[in-house]
Amino acid sequence: MAARKRITIRDRQAEAALFYRRAVVALLAVFAMLALLVSNLYKLQVTRHEDFNTRSNDNRIRVLPVAPNRGLIYDRNGILLADNRPVYSLELVPEEIDDLTATVTSLAEMLAISEERQQKFLEQSRVSRRFKKIPLLENLTEQEVALISVSQHQYPGIYVEARLKRYYPFGDALTHAVGYVAKINKRDLENLDKAGKLANYKATRDIGKQGLERYYEDVLHGTVGYQEVEVNNRGRITRTVAFEPPVPGSDLRLSLDIQLQLKAQELLTGMRGAVVALDPRDGSVLALVSAPSYDPNPFVQGISGKAYRALLNSDDRPLINRTTQGQYPPASTVKPLLALLALNEGVVTPETRVWDPGWFRIEGVKRKYRDWKKWGHGWVDLYSAIEQSCNIYFFDAATKLGIDKIDEFASQFGFGEYTGIDIREESAGVQPSRSWKRARHGQPWYLGDTVNIGIGQGYWTATPLQLAHAIGIMARHGDNFTPRMVQSIQTDSGNIQLPPDQRPPVQLKKDTYWDEAIEGMRRVNHSEHGTARKAFADTSYVSAGKSGTAQVFSLKQDEEYDAEKLNKRKHDNAMFVAFAPLNNPQIVVAVAIENQGGGSSNAAPIARAVIDHYVETTGFESILPIGIPTP
Amino acid sequence: MIFGSVERLEAQMRKPSIWFKLHIDAYLLMLLLVLMAVGLMVIYSAGGQSMDLGTRQIIRLSVAVFVMLALAQINPENYRRWAYPIYVIGTLMLVAVLLVGVVGKGAQRWIDLGFMRFQPSEIMKLIVPIAAAHFLASDALPARVGKVILAFVLILIPTLLIARQPDLGTSLLIAASGVFVIFLAGVSWKLIAAGAVALAGFIPVLWFYLMRDYQRQRVLTLFDPERDPLGSGYHIIQSTIAIGSGGISGKGWLQGTQSQLEFLPERHTDFIFAVFSEEFGLTGVILLLLLYLLIVFRGLYIAANAQTTFGSLLAGSITLTFFVYVFVNIGMVSGILPVVGVPLPLVSYGGTSMVTLLAGFGILMGIHTHRRMII
Repeated sequence: MAARKRITIRDRQAEAALFYRRAVVALLAVFAMLALLVSNLYKLQVTRHEDFNTRSNDNRIRVLPVAPNRGLIYDRNGILLADNRPVYSLELVPEEIDDLTATVTSLAEMLAISEERQQKFLEQSRVSRRFKKIPLLENLTEQEVALISVSQHQYPGIYVEARLKRYYPFGDALTHAVGYVAKINKRDLENLDKAGKLANYKATRDIGKQGLERYYEDVLHGTVGYQEVEVNNRGRITRTVAFEPPVPGSDLRLSLDIQLQLKAQELLTGMRGAVVALDPRDGSVLALVSAPSYDPNPFVQGISGKAYRALLNSDDRPLINRTTQGQYPPASTVKPLLALLALNEGVVTPETRVWDPGWFRIEGVKRKYRDWKKWGHGWVDLYSAIEQSCNIYFFDAATKLGIDKIDEFASQFGFGEYTGIDIREESAGVQPSRSWKRARHGQPWYLGDTVNIGIGQGYWTATPLQLAHAIGIMARHGDNFTPRMVQSIQTDSGNIQLPPDQRPPVQLKKDTYWDEAIEGMRRVNHSEHGTARKAFADTSYVSAGKSGTAQVFSLKQDEEYDAEKLNKRKHDNAMFVAFAPLNNPQIVVAVAIENQGGGSSNAAPIARAVIDHYVETTGFESILPIGIPTP
Repeated sequence: MIFGSVERLEAQMRKPSIWFKLHIDAYLLMLLLVLMAVGLMVIYSAGGQSMDLGTRQIIRLSVAVFVMLALAQINPENYRRWAYPIYVIGTLMLVAVLLVGVVGKGAQRWIDLGFMRFQPSEIMKLIVPIAAAHFLASDALPARVGKVILAFVLILIPTLLIARQPDLGTSLLIAASGVFVIFLAGVSWKLIAAGAVALAGFIPVLWFYLMRDYQRQRVLTLFDPERDPLGSGYHIIQSTIAIGSGGISGKGWLQGTQSQLEFLPERHTDFIFAVFSEEFGLTGVILLLLLYLLIVFRGLYIAANAQTTFGSLLAGSITLTFFVYVFVNIGMVSGILPVVGVPLPLVSYGGTSMVTLLAGFGILMGIHTHRRMII
């Protein structure tokens, strides 16, 4: 009752009116505040919409590179020499694992992962980008993959990743020819960056390090693809928005014949040396063997430091590509070239005869230059000088020619220069000259130096590939070529035949000089006094050859070479060059064997076997194919 | 007349509808249900399209609606009668929280009753306006200066106690609910001006003595979110990106990348407005604000037409406080207010505040439907 009374006393109407006015004010304030909110939201959603839309997309869209598949490498008959095989690796995303150390320890126990590897992983996990998969164990066996799959549910954040890795089915047979790929290292990255190719390698793990893999890296690699994915705030992919597939690398078709390669490798078993077989018609390489070799596959998977050091420190130097980097004194193998020059310069004619008493002496100089045959060959002409490899004849010719002419002529055959083969690991050898000696040794050229050059020794060194190249030019009467491993590049849009690289031919005053020098080489293999007559007895074809025996260890004056007494490493190098068939040369072979003694007895049989194998498997073309102009 | 006429109401009273007999304001109920439905839609989207959160929210909403309808049955006279005792009990509970409360999320807000956790500050959101309304309505309006000052003290005690927990959002809301009562009670504009000056003077005190480091950080972040984009600025950057990228028409329901891909933090609770804006755009935002405006409008209508001054003040305060929720939440999510823990009313996922809010509307309905016939 009291309450009611008070209300009646108080002016309820006035109070209601007061409240009403305040409520209207409040409502106006509400309107004002709503207007403030809406104007701000308008600013965000209309005025700055584009900006925020972009930022929203930046948030969610991530572009992931997709590695292209590397091009494959085939031999001339389509046999696969470099394959891509899936390998499995165990990878972990540290951010998705609660107790990383415990997980790693547990996995290590299950899969017998070394302590060293675990530490390396943990180190890597600390510095790597967030939400990136980090490999813990690579090259999983099938058994290991199964083992992980079974227990994978116990370990969140572990993944078995399949990736294509290079595999070389022929192992060590092609290491020096095909080369290998291995993990991209810091220096590779710098080089790629400099060349502006880094973007293309975003998803690539391996890069060509040696041989064709290195030379044709750009062709084999392909173009990176991109996957546009939507990610959530934890970096996990939720869906793919767009996909631009990578363009796989092109395949390479080599001119190399794997059967011939394997044959040559077999012939070099247990030796240190090299065999190069070329087709002199276009310079295509048929076989390129350096012995001893090594298996490239461990390099692809990441070779252990210990295994690498063993290769590096081996006395046999397996890492060196002897075909392109082995610098050997060409020795008597270059005698036919000197004969050519002597003929061309008119220093000799085929009939010119020289008396060989077993030694040669420059007038006024006491020193005697010896023939390999202690008692001498007696009277020798051009043919018999080549046939029996008479030193005295060529000492005489060289001194008459002089170093300048020899230097100029030898250079035309590619000595002292890179052959330009599609392998980067190449040495140019040494084609000595006056200027070279001054620059290299600070001494003038002596006539005595020229004498040594006459038998392909002294300062003269050449790689087996250079020898094959030079003899190939000779076999084709001066037609020059660039040795090349790759015949064609097979792209999606078809094959690109690599046209033979034409070089200026070597021209002589008379074409018959070629025949005369080659006749000497024919006699080496097929006449009764030929140094390689035993090696080339009963061939089904007519061939030409020249042996060489290079001193590794120079003998003192009047000292005699005795293989028995000398340390094996100081034994002579055996060299041999040959081509066949004589009338239309299609294969030229250069053989170099270290510390095996005489060329005709040790290197020639290998050259013979290689040519025989070629004849058996490929055979000589007796008639030139129609449509190809004769040289 | 904006808020309708008493005459029409009186006419309605003579022949009360079924809703009136059930003490339910059908208009308000409908608006609230629409709002809740919108909320459920957004929660479904923000919760990674799982029915999990939605189901739990439906259960909570049902409880809250039940509380609302229950409170609607209570004659507001009862609140008035018990205003002081419950104020004292509530304040004592706040003290208890500070002494024996449970620490959670870096703040001490709960009392563990053994079977449930209890957050006294939530109830104070209703008790403070009830007490303030009763205190001011007990004398003729406009209130005298002395009375206004006492009313301030009445409000300030729980406000400071809650600020100590610390719970800046709730203490702000409670202070606001009390201040609204004072404002609606017709305190003179001079006093309001004086109060505003005093408040301005209080800001440095607040900044240097009352606010914690993280709270200061939040205010600083407001002015330059990019100064710490992955720390305190992260919330606000991601939410403005969400809102801004929504554009005029939005990305569509369940299509908001910022929320679906979980860039947006607290997307189903305090930042749910960003999800809504991203998916429904400015169009949806304006419709949502319109819905809130209609609720405010209905609340003020009820307040204006209350039979007692106490009822008017209480209903008005509850309504305006409800709007403060909306304003503070949207303001903070869209980057014009510092981040304080205020949910978007009836849309945000979450328990206690929702019950309090609907309880408030229950009181509102009670005020509206418990009428005595006036001759």
